[in-house]
Amino acid sequence: MSVLEVRDLSKTFPIGGALRRQRVHAVEGVSFSLRPGTITALVGESGSGKSTVARLIARLYDPSSGAVLFEEDDVAQARRRKDVLHYRSQVQLIFQDPFGSLNPVKTVRHHIERPLRIHGIVPSQQIEGRVHELLQTVGLVPAGEVADKYPHELSGGQRQRVAIARALAVEPKVVLADEPTSMLDVSIRIGILNLMLKLKEERNIAFLYVTHDLASARYIADDILVMYAGQIVERGPAEQVLAEPLHPYTRLLLAAVHGERITERGSGGSAAVDPVAGCRFVSRCPLAIPVCSEITPELVEARPGQAARCHVTAPAT
Amino acid sequence: MTVLEAPAGTKTLLEVRGLEVEYGNVRAVDGVNLHIGTGEILGVAGESGCGKSTVANAIMQILRPPARIVGGSIVFQGEDLTGKSQEDLRRFRWRNVSMVFQSAMNALNPVMRVGDQFVDMMQAHERISKHRAIVRAGELLELVGMDKRRVRAYPHELSGGMRQRVIIAMALALSPELVILDEPTTALDVVVQREILQEVEALKRDLGFAVLFITHDLSLLLEFADRIAIMYAGEIVETAPSATLASAPLHPYTQGLLQSFPPLTGPRVRLSGIPGAPPDLRDMPSGCRFHPRCPHCLPENAALHLRQTSERPRLRETAAGHSVACHLVDA
Repeated sequence: MSVLEVRDLSKTFPIGGALRRQRVHAVEGVSFSLRPGTITALVGESGSGKSTVARLIARLYDPSSGAVLFEEDDVAQARRRKDVLHYRSQVQLIFQDPFGSLNPVKTVRHHIERPLRIHGIVPSQQIEGRVHELLQTVGLVPAGEVADKYPHELSGGQRQRVAIARALAVEPKVVLADEPTSMLDVSIRIGILNLMLKLKEERNIAFLYVTHDLASARYIADDILVMYAGQIVERGPAEQVLAEPLHPYTRLLLAAVHGERITERGSGGSAAVDPVAGCRFVSRCPLAIPVCSEITPELVEARPGQAARCHVTAPAT
Repeated sequence: MTVLEAPAGTKTLLEVRGLEVEYGNVRAVDGVNLHIGTGEILGVAGESGCGKSTVANAIMQILRPPARIVGGSIVFQGEDLTGKSQEDLRRFRWRNVSMVFQSAMNALNPVMRVGDQFVDMMQAHERISKHRAIVRAGELLELVGMDKRRVRAYPHELSGGMRQRVIIAMALALSPELVILDEPTTALDVVVQREILQEVEALKRDLGFAVLFITHDLSLLLEFADRIAIMYAGEIVETAPSATLASAPLHPYTQGLLQSFPPLTGPRVRLSGIPGAPPDLRDMPSGCRFHPRCPHCLPENAALHLRQTSERPRLRETAAGHSVACHLVDA
């Protein structure tokens, strides 16, 4: 049972001048669904389109094609202010930069009160109590003291916890976390990951965890989606995918973090500018066969629950 | 001083002794001792604000006011750098010690071809014709795994990883004895990061330079460094050969750091990380600087607790090449 479904989502951005118009296919044909009480990791390198997916779901961008369905309703159809507001409260986004996402001249209390008021979550006399509750939930204690602080008085990890408390204030069913730990010190990253695990269990939230860090994805995610050049190239249960990856790109990523020697050449930007037919990974792929340069592979379920976009390791039947 | 001795058989190239650096009234580096032997890779790991980059900048003598060295010495091949004139330092940088920064790839001049930037740098240090310098630039690019024709490229035509390779090639241009890498690959994707570090390792074997590798990513150091020094709140709390540090860390902070990296294999277990956050340098905890976050600093154990909260532990050698600053570890 899914709470949010992404169906064949695509987004292109125009680049270049009027004479040489090109399009970056930032996201192409991405489909997946998020289930309550599970964490789905969306993994890829910079430029792979993973953050664009989160932003499309949050409606910060409009998709070029495809749809986002929330509880089976097409999100793009919601035109009435009430419906839009409802969707925005149910699907919350947490950003990478906890320094830029909080207002420096407002207290922690202000940040958490605001969504409570705007969305009318609790009667006004209960707001203070709810603020304290939320701060305690994310491990910011003593709540009364923290509420009066300004962002500059908090560490990076504490600020990210404020951002999470703010997201939780509206009781969302889906939380999109876009690299929530990559700007934090290593010793406090685990704390944020553990908090996400706790919230998933206690509040049955569906998380989309966008990251480039495979180890942290394995640590918290139930399912994993691997993106390359705008496409999902592999998906499946996190542990299975990372133990027995199908796609050569997933294998390359794993080799890089496992400390194996890499012999691959021609790395670099994975963004797809005006892509032609064929596999996007073909120029870097050690397994490439002639068909790879001609036909774009489909996502094929080669093992139960595990699918990959590869003519060699997951051939279409 | 026998602690932090470079491994036998190598000559000490650089010795930092009792280094103290202040930014205004804030002491960012407080009594750091380091040795680097010829051809050795020394890793320095720590979180933001621990002073690791300040140490690197002090060695390069590129601290800018209000930062200044208030104590200690930096001896490179027998000469103290702290008293040198600007002109001597200008010659010393790049020729003897070069440095690659995290954002160095953005330091390339966007309107100059890569090759011309090599020419500029080389002509600032030695008499060399433009033609010779371009040829040499091409050789250096090949050394770091690039096509030598890229000397004609402008920086914007290269990816981030390529530009960082260009910077590394530049850092090697004058065959320095020591290369300082300050988070050299942090802004890059994992695959590119690994390629570049492999390259540096191979070059080090061929050319014999020493490396001071500074990063927050301890897992990278465990793999690439010969020895590792762990910094916390302006001081070194533990130093050991990489293998020892990985298998038998003594300082609770080192143990916590190692516990902060989820594994990619084996059972999925909950990790604890380290509670709290690094201290504010303006308001340093009394005694051991790690005590507010230390899982072993408990009021129940009154005598030890008093020591931990009032007396600053000194770095002591517990085994050959392994030193730690912790009251729990008795030498």
